Amino acid sequence: MNLHEYQTKRRFAQYGIPVASGQTATTPEEARIIAGEIGVPVVVKAQVLVGGRGKAGGVKLAKSPEEAYAIAGKILGMDIKGHTVGIVLIDPASSINSEIYLGITNDRTTGKPVMMASSEGGVEIEEVARVNPSAIIREWISPSLGLREYQARNIASGINLPREHWAAFTKIARNLYRCYVESDAVLAEINPLVITGENELFALDGKMVIDDNALYRQPELAAQRDTSAEPLVETQARDAGLTYVKLNGQIGCMVNGAGLAMTTMDMIKLYGGGDIFPANFLDIGGGAQADRVAAALRIILSDPDVKAVLFNIFGGITRGDEVARGILQALKEVPTDKPMVIRLAGTNSEEGRAIIDDANIPNITAASTLTDGAKKAIAAARGEA
Amino acid sequence: MSILIDSSSRVLVQGMTGREGKFHSGQMIEYGTAVVGGVTPGKGGEWVHGKPIFDTVKGCVEATGANVSMILVPGPFAADAIYEAIDAGIPLIICLTEGIPIRDMMNVYEYLKNSSSRLIGPNCPGVLTPGQAKVGFMPNYVGKPGNVGVVSKSGTLTYETVAAMSAAGYGQSTCVGIGGDPIIGTTFVEVLEMFEEDAQTEKVVLMGEIGGRAEIDAAEFIKARMTKPVVAFIAGRSAPEGTRMGHAGAIVEGGQGTAQEKIDALRAAGARIAENPETIPDLLG
Repeated sequence: MNLHEYQTKRRFAQYGIPVASGQTATTPEEARIIAGEIGVPVVVKAQVLVGGRGKAGGVKLAKSPEEAYAIAGKILGMDIKGHTVGIVLIDPASSINSEIYLGITNDRTTGKPVMMASSEGGVEIEEVARVNPSAIIREWISPSLGLREYQARNIASGINLPREHWAAFTKIARNLYRCYVESDAVLAEINPLVITGENELFALDGKMVIDDNALYRQPELAAQRDTSAEPLVETQARDAGLTYVKLNGQIGCMVNGAGLAMTTMDMIKLYGGGDIFPANFLDIGGGAQADRVAAALRIILSDPDVKAVLFNIFGGITRGDEVARGILQALKEVPTDKPMVIRLAGTNSEEGRAIIDDANIPNITAASTLTDGAKKAIAAARGEA
Repeated sequence: MSILIDSSSRVLVQGMTGREGKFHSGQMIEYGTAVVGGVTPGKGGEWVHGKPIFDTVKGCVEATGANVSMILVPGPFAADAIYEAIDAGIPLIICLTEGIPIRDMMNVYEYLKNSSSRLIGPNCPGVLTPGQAKVGFMPNYVGKPGNVGVVSKSGTLTYETVAAMSAAGYGQSTCVGIGGDPIIGTTFVEVLEMFEEDAQTEKVVLMGEIGGRAEIDAAEFIKARMTKPVVAFIAGRSAPEGTRMGHAGAIVEGGQGTAQEKIDALRAAGARIAENPETIPDLLG
């Protein structure tokens, strides 16, 4: 789960990391009042859960409250990569001498948290990694020891931070680590960490991603989830216990298991001749019951681009007869004349196939294998079936 | 021979009294696996499928001589279950649980590396040595004894491939699901190393997916150390960047972890690449 910049900085502040004293606004009038209160110039920043807002015109300097009003009016409601801006953050503008990147994430290879820093702050760390990999200093952290002071000094020295800032930097680095751990974050980054003209360090921008699997023990963070920015179907899918990702193709896919779901999408792309693609990733999960299958089908059919639906179920824990009943139940609630291809294999698949056959639905075609299913669904999407 | 488990494995199940635990331990017993007992705190003294339930792993090991533990407890309790198995001296721990917080796994990982236990998973379908033992979810009928070692990040994709291999006459020495989480106990490289040393295994099938660099490490190992032929499939060629595809680990970030770079690395290491998992048997010939 992604946190907005303003949510992240609020969290940082709770952990003693200095941040700008900004406030959020949802209307131009609020922006004008806030700008008047905190003093101009201010920076008006779109709060969206997607990168690249600066280039999209979502971050602007305002020299007067009236200008803040006008800019907020333009940014609020703006579309940034499919995300509509509903909130702006009004931060006081500050004089910046230099910018640093400081972040923590989990490293798969070592199984440890890794703190990364670069003297090239303000740009995406991936970009630094591509262009100038030696500019990134890394310290791997033992979970049982936490980030030690010497490690923070290693980083400070590695990015050539002037010694006068080491004490402040070490404190920020250790507080960021504590914030990362106690928030169950998978990413916590300050980008940039700035050194001001007054020689002070503070977090100008920040980003946190919280581990979805740990939200059960992070109720305060879980309550901050902003669902307004995500497509409604993704919210519905999460509520139904499904993993759904909307894509831009024509074949709706319902599969059990993430690896097989990706593979089913790949087969559609492989045999789709460059014009037919998967419309979504959808994993109904293990042991899916009939009502979950019905919810999944409703979500797939709500996508207007879907021209055909492919079910690929290889039962292990998931039972073919349950899936078959779920499909029939869903078709009663959401009737459709779109062509559907059903491939059932594994546990109780014969029973499942019999249930589908007995229902005698004209727009359902059976498939025997993954390849057969993908090819039949592609033909159906082209109107050839 | 085989790797990890065989007919002499004595398996205990942590979480045996739950709905899934009961069902799958039943399937494992039906397959012929020596399930010797279960552990559920507070239910010691009960019986499931004629096997005794204990309150603690230590108690179960003392009474039954179990040497493999399968963990099937919910995510919030899984880390504790793994620590308990490590402390009881279980050499092989197979954790099927999906949804363990990553912070818990980083703590587990450090503890594990200072122990003599091996962990497979979490978030994995388990291990199957056809004809001998099954510890996990794989449907009983998919496997067939033979000489191909299978290692995969995914569950259902493994069933799909193993079933296609069995139908085409390619049996398996052992099938290992290593799991789809970012932090796992045993990597592709470690399993490849075991297959390389296993006398029964003649060829290896590797199934990876987008995200991370475990497949790149596997390619480097294959190039440097493997004498046995490898066939590989990588899932997620159609996945867009920056979007997590179900598995917590399956995400392309900053242009890293794409299917194409993994395919290129494996091909350069001499592996045969399958475009479709159903064509894997053709490449084993």
